[in-house]
Amino acid sequence: MDFDYSDDQKFLKDEARKFLAARCPPSVVRGVLDDPAKSYDAGLWSAVAEQGWLGAAIPEDYDGLGLGRVELCAIAEELGRAVAPIPFASTVYILAEAVMAYGSEEQKAAILPRVAAGELIGCLATSEGPGVITPSALQARVEGGKLFGVKIPVTDGDAAAMALVLANEGGRPGLFLVDLKASGVKVETLESLDPTRGVARLTFDGAAADRLGEAGQGFELVQAILDRAAVLLAFEQLGGADRCLEMAREYALGRYAFGRVIAGYQAMKHKLADMYVKNEVARSNAYYGAWALNVDAPELPTAAAAARIAASDAFWFASKESIQVHGGMGFTWDVDCHLYYRRSRQLSLVAGAPKLWKERLVSELEKKNAA
Amino acid sequence: MDFNDSPEEAAYRDKARAWLAENAAAHLAEHGEPKPTTPEHMAAGKAWQARKAAAGYACITWPAAIGGGGGTPIQSVIFGQEETKAGVGYGYFTIGLGMCVPTVMAFADDATKQRFVSPAVKGEEIWCQLFSEPAGGSDVAALRTRAVKDGEDWVINGQKVWTTGAHYCDYGIVLVRTDVDAPKHKGLTMFWIDMRDPAVEVRPIHQMTGGREFNEVYFTDLRVKDSQRLGGIGDGWKVALVTLMNERLAVGGSAGPDYRQVMELARGLSGANGPALKDTAFREKLADWYVNSQGLKFTRFRTMTALSRGQTPGPESSIGKIISANQLQDLANTAVEAQGEYGILTDPGLSPMEAAFQNSLMWAPGLRIAGGTDEILKNIIAERVLGLPGDVRVDKDVAFKDMPTGR
Ligand SMILES: Cc1cc2nc3c(=O)[nH]c(=O)nc-3n(C[C@H](O)[C@H](O)[C@H](O)COP(=O)(O)OP(=O)(O)OC[C@H]3O[C@@H](n4cnc5c(N)ncnc54)[C@H](O)[C@@H]3O)c2cc1C
Repeated sequence: MDFDYSDDQKFLKDEARKFLAARCPPSVVRGVLDDPAKSYDAGLWSAVAEQGWLGAAIPEDYDGLGLGRVELCAIAEELGRAVAPIPFASTVYILAEAVMAYGSEEQKAAILPRVAAGELIGCLATSEGPGVITPSALQARVEGGKLFGVKIPVTDGDAAAMALVLANEGGRPGLFLVDLKASGVKVETLESLDPTRGVARLTFDGAAADRLGEAGQGFELVQAILDRAAVLLAFEQLGGADRCLEMAREYALGRYAFGRVIAGYQAMKHKLADMYVKNEVARSNAYYGAWALNVDAPELPTAAAAARIAASDAFWFASKESIQVHGGMGFTWDVDCHLYYRRSRQLSLVAGAPKLWKERLVSELEKKNAA
Repeated sequence: MDFNDSPEEAAYRDKARAWLAENAAAHLAEHGEPKPTTPEHMAAGKAWQARKAAAGYACITWPAAIGGGGGTPIQSVIFGQEETKAGVGYGYFTIGLGMCVPTVMAFADDATKQRFVSPAVKGEEIWCQLFSEPAGGSDVAALRTRAVKDGEDWVINGQKVWTTGAHYCDYGIVLVRTDVDAPKHKGLTMFWIDMRDPAVEVRPIHQMTGGREFNEVYFTDLRVKDSQRLGGIGDGWKVALVTLMNERLAVGGSAGPDYRQVMELARGLSGANGPALKDTAFREKLADWYVNSQGLKFTRFRTMTALSRGQTPGPESSIGKIISANQLQDLANTAVEAQGEYGILTDPGLSPMEAAFQNSLMWAPGLRIAGGTDEILKNIIAERVLGLPGDVRVDKDVAFKDMPTGR
């Protein structure tokens, strides 16, 4: 048993932290937040591509670095800390991971090198309205290789050149790769809780659709893809939650009330201790997820669910209570707390809300106990 | 990041498993499963401890020369996991071997260590920890039991309370006040004592569980030799901190049912809309318990990883008890409520799982208090992990005798 990053991985993580401290200070995040025309920071995106991070887990045969998933987890943790305003998750955790796991040789050769080079941004398009998308409610359809329907909201849909779209084909759900720059696609940018990440409505009217994986397996495929993404997202959430605790701690140690620092008051101390406990529980579950993802263990569905549930809980708690610790300052636009509060909501919803993952976890446990 | 046993760990696990398969069966054949707290149960516990010690499975991390196993912390965890699976285990030795004897090893002279360590490892002698008093549990340093020098000896008078196992223990470590003119932390001294001394009176306390596992202990002119002192005169607080640090390391998997048992229960229970297990609110709780249990298990693994890399784990292990004790209370309550009106029954013959949930419901409040309350553990995390300021201490520089006291 070895339940920590290795020295090499720690080195990579430290380097990533330094790099992001220099290239992604809060001013960069705010640059995207304050400019409705910007859905991500293009400068940071190409800098990250130059670091090789986009292809960290992509095999060398497809121009990636060929590292393991644990390395990608380490990078994810740092991106989360920095609330990086780039379509990294959609492109790397979702599009690239999906193509690596389920793509044909042709699809891999066409997509992976472009992802690694930073030339192709991806997105996942499943939702069609409020509530959860179910097989019976799915409206989007593919006929004769052409896609028709509306997907809303699609995270990073306004920046992406390629979408993974869930749609019926012959009455059964499938997953399709769609070139968003080709004809038959309309992209509208939408307002969202977290403007540091782009969100769009995608309208398809006869866009060319290329199936990924087996026909009729769309829902299973999306779930398997989200299992992988959930682990990586959990590390982003963990990084964000850790930063919230740090900010709250720093503020509490400098702010005086009633003649002493507020960090000395027990209500504040216990709040910060609660954050710490939740973050550590999330970290332990995330590490288990990283292991399961890295070796493609049969435990991945349960490990991913546990990682996601714990990380969503930790980030939500840390982001809301960090504002509380900051008092009135915390409620202002100028203090960074709200960047994390927004991102915590974005990350919790983007790959299925915690409620769904709890249900998934318990059904997995039921299966295990029945066997 | 590897969740699996290393080849050496796997080999150790196989060896431990094989030993347990043979010896647990032999042990059970000889002793059966007597009711907890009976003399037969204690005898079985001592026999099991002796069997483990003979094979190097007692105090696995201690040197073989003093009766330990000469092994690593990871081996100790592996053996613990396998022992739990094998279904044998007795709680009598945790406080002694986890806290008291390590304190003796750290502060006693060689003759004392020679005399006591090995019999404790073999389960021949059991130790208790006499810290808490009516005047001080969380604030142990406020204790009032006095020791006064009389020639070569010390004479102890006063009262301890909530002492687990005092009624069956052979020896104890006791923290007493030797200087009332010094501020409270400066006037304390630690001794080991013989619990069978006629000057020690043990009175069982009736707990809210109905059981009598802890006690009041009275000292009336108890004479102890100066050689029974552990650490310097007035250094008792430093010695106590060593004991309390070991308390946190004494990895005790919290007893009682977990999410698996609640799931099992809910499978067979009817709820308002079908089986209780299908109830959405119930399922969400189940998921949370699972996530917390896994979180704690893997947090222990992280601690073990740190140990195996030569780092010392810090006070962050305090998170374990906060979560597990609170979770046990919540889980037990949910399971009891799921049984409807029937949930109030505690007859082991009638109640599901021999009333294990009802039992845990009544034990949980104690678990949230013993070994540091939730509030004190959060203070520890805030102050020692996060580096936040200590609470206001109005008594810090005041001589003990001038300290304000309430009841
Ligand atoms: C089952 C059981 C077994 C035990 N076994 C032993 C044993 O073997 N040996 C032994 O020496 N003791 C033992 N104890 C005693 C135990 O260590 C104390 O009960 C515990 O430390 C709390 O102290 P107290 O009971 O005096 O509560 P108090 O200290 O009076 O606390 C009362 C309440 O005040 C809160 N409080 C106190 N100080 C603070 C603070 N600074 N900030 C915020 N809140 C505070 C507490 O959290 C608690 O909620 C045992 C107790 C139990 C329940």
